[in-house]
Amino acid sequence: MPTLTRYHIKMGLMYFLLSLFMGVILVAQPIFNLSIDVWTLRPVFFHFLVVGWITQIIIGVAHWMFPKRSKEQPRGNLVLGWMVFICLNIGLVFRGFAEPLFFIYPESIWGWTLVLSAVLQVVAGWLFVFNIWGRVKER
Amino acid sequence: MPRLSVWMVRFSLIYLGIGMTIGGMMLWNKGIFISVDLWRLLPYHIELMLFGWVMQLVMGVAFWIVPRYTTPPRYGKTHRAWIAFAMFNIGLWLVLIQHTWLILVGRVLMLLAVVLFVVYLFPRLKPYGE
Ligand code: HEM
Repeated sequence: MPTLTRYHIKMGLMYFLLSLFMGVILVAQPIFNLSIDVWTLRPVFFHFLVVGWITQIIIGVAHWMFPKRSKEQPRGNLVLGWMVFICLNIGLVFRGFAEPLFFIYPESIWGWTLVLSAVLQVVAGWLFVFNIWGRVKER
Repeated sequence: MPRLSVWMVRFSLIYLGIGMTIGGMMLWNKGIFISVDLWRLLPYHIELMLFGWVMQLVMGVAFWIVPRYTTPPRYGKTHRAWIAFAMFNIGLWLVLIQHTWLILVGRVLMLLAVVLFVVYLFPRLKPYGE
């Protein structure tokens, strides 16, 4: 299994754990009268699951298993591959803390962190599409 | 990767790019407000991400990776899966138009597509070499 794939899956597992942990806190909120601010975690809970876990392991496994692009570049451009990993995860971690923080303390620093998070994740998405495209082919 | 998987995965990648871009616009708008209208994009985001990207990718990879038949045609009755692919995507586009009736027609098309896909894939789910 390529190193990049291992990183994707290990990070993915962390988000999976964290998101289910948030899920527990969300359902516990009304039962234990936890602060209503807990609900700012809801979109983060969702996206740790669908971006951090599902989309991330798809990206990692595609990098590993999709048909080889060529003899010289079997797994496409590795630098781009790592950039996808870095942009996606920095973007998502930023979202993870900036989204709740922004709603509790609406200061522009957190607003701009969300903007940065959005840009990083979108860049990661298109870079992945661009880099994997040549490997989506008949053998 | 067989041809149908190539097309399913290509479509799903395009939906991923567009869907993430829409998500990015909404998230940006959350941080630094641009327009309340950007929230209207939410149903497109959800549809493109869950059905366009995740579900279609899984279907494409399933078509590729599950055991093939030992005698030709090795992928079986592929026209069923091709029709499922077409119906699934047309259904998705109809849903994306976001008009009550078209959403219903789109959802029904997607349902029929999945019925066809299940009928196609079931017999392929067997131990390798059988
Ligand atoms: C670039 C990455 C993404 C960004 C920036 C993004 C952004 C957003 C935003 C801003 C919302 C509205 C959240 C709210 O209610 O406040 C949202 C909702 C949603 N997104 Fe994403 N998204 C991304 C990727 C994805 C992916 C990959 C999936 C699924 C595979 C997904 C599934 C959903 C779903 C299901 C909702 C609705 C959740 C709810 O009802 O609260 N998103 N997204």
